Amino acid sequence: MSLACHAAGRRGDFRFDIGFESVARSVAVIGPSGCGKTTFLHGLAGLLGGSTARIRIDDATVLDDAVARRPAYRRAVGYVFQDIRLFPHLTVEQNIGFSRRYGGDEMTVGQALDLMDLRGFERRRPAGLSGGEARRVALARALAARPSLLLLDEPFTGLDVARRERLAPYLLRLRDEVRLPMILVSHDPRDLDLIAQDVVTVADGRVTTTAKPTAAALGDEPGL
Amino acid sequence: MFEPLSDFELQALGLSIKVATAALVICLPVGLGLAMLLARGRFPGRWILEAAINLPLVLPPVVTGLILLSLFGVRGPVGRVLHDLFGVTLAFHWTGAVLAATLMALPLVVRPLRLAIEGVDRGLEDAASVLGASRLAVFARITLPLAAPGLVAAALLGFARAFGEFGATVTFAGAIPGETQTLPVAIYSALQRAEGDGAAMRLAVIAVIVSVLAVVGSEICNRRLLRTRGA
Repeated sequence: MSLACHAAGRRGDFRFDIGFESVARSVAVIGPSGCGKTTFLHGLAGLLGGSTARIRIDDATVLDDAVARRPAYRRAVGYVFQDIRLFPHLTVEQNIGFSRRYGGDEMTVGQALDLMDLRGFERRRPAGLSGGEARRVALARALAARPSLLLLDEPFTGLDVARRERLAPYLLRLRDEVRLPMILVSHDPRDLDLIAQDVVTVADGRVTTTAKPTAAALGDEPGL
Repeated sequence: MFEPLSDFELQALGLSIKVATAALVICLPVGLGLAMLLARGRFPGRWILEAAINLPLVLPPVVTGLILLSLFGVRGPVGRVLHDLFGVTLAFHWTGAVLAATLMALPLVVRPLRLAIEGVDRGLEDAASVLGASRLAVFARITLPLAAPGLVAAALLGFARAFGEFGATVTFAGAIPGETQTLPVAIYSALQRAEGDGAAMRLAVIAVIVSVLAVVGSEICNRRLLRTRGA
């Protein structure tokens, strides 16, 4: 497969122009704090006024808002935020089913609950969930909206090594079973070993190096 | 003092409830729009809008009534247009009491609503829009439910303020029994009469009960709001 993304713009005085092309399904964007990683994701998701973004997956243009500016709610880009952001007044099931009225459907909600092993959690409130459980709910919620691309901002923040290893298989399910292209942003190289197939390094709002994916990292990924 | 309420007192009580309810029906949507504008909007002259909303809090109510009279009175610029085009007269009519109560209650409605909306994490609104919710849907499904205790607090305070409004009402709408003589106006009128002390006291007790219930209710809502945020 091929994934090409580009976003440019500014946030206050900070300017960024970040883009890459990759044959991998999961690409990590790494760099120090303040290098523009999260701003890049916000640009792709449509959460940053005055920026432009382009997304191509295989031969399809998923987004080209330089041609027609599309608001965040019409982009089909999933986003799992660093601080998770589950809706506190809704149950787990209501959180996951939030997008039902906007393109999500009953089957995908059920599939998301199954894939993230959340059966039995449906009636729980976000306040009663552990960090790892809350992240799985956020992943399920993003999946249920049937996005073309999933953005993950520091997906393992706040989890110790054991919990990271417990969460990683869920991300791999999204990558390998659902075959959902994903971009994950991280400052921690350990995240790469767990899920990323390709790595883009960013500094000061620009791409500095694009490492090619290794055969070992990609395994027997079809289409490569 | 514990005699049943006379027809005169019941009439004043009924009118106060009617006026305060009507004022609240206007105040809530208008206040919600203004609170949203102040909490989320960025536009020049925001502080002027804020000051204008809060002005009735600091202005002597009789002055607010006088301003209303000069604008909406039959000879006022707005009042004349309303009268000539639509046949509507607000001054010395119960709808005038509603207008006065609305204006006086508005700052007390806008303030808790604004605080409640400002307290809603904008990150949650972003999360909802990424999931496909338009701005209106984000407001209806995220912002409003999370600000709901503030909405109830605003409604209680607004109702109590409108219920107890005196100065602007008596100046703009007068003290016509059955038309504009609301409960506070009736208390004042009763005190003017030689035998009116008992009636005034009975009505005052009702006013105190309504006010205490509103303040306690709004405080409970504020605590609930803080608890939701903490969760």
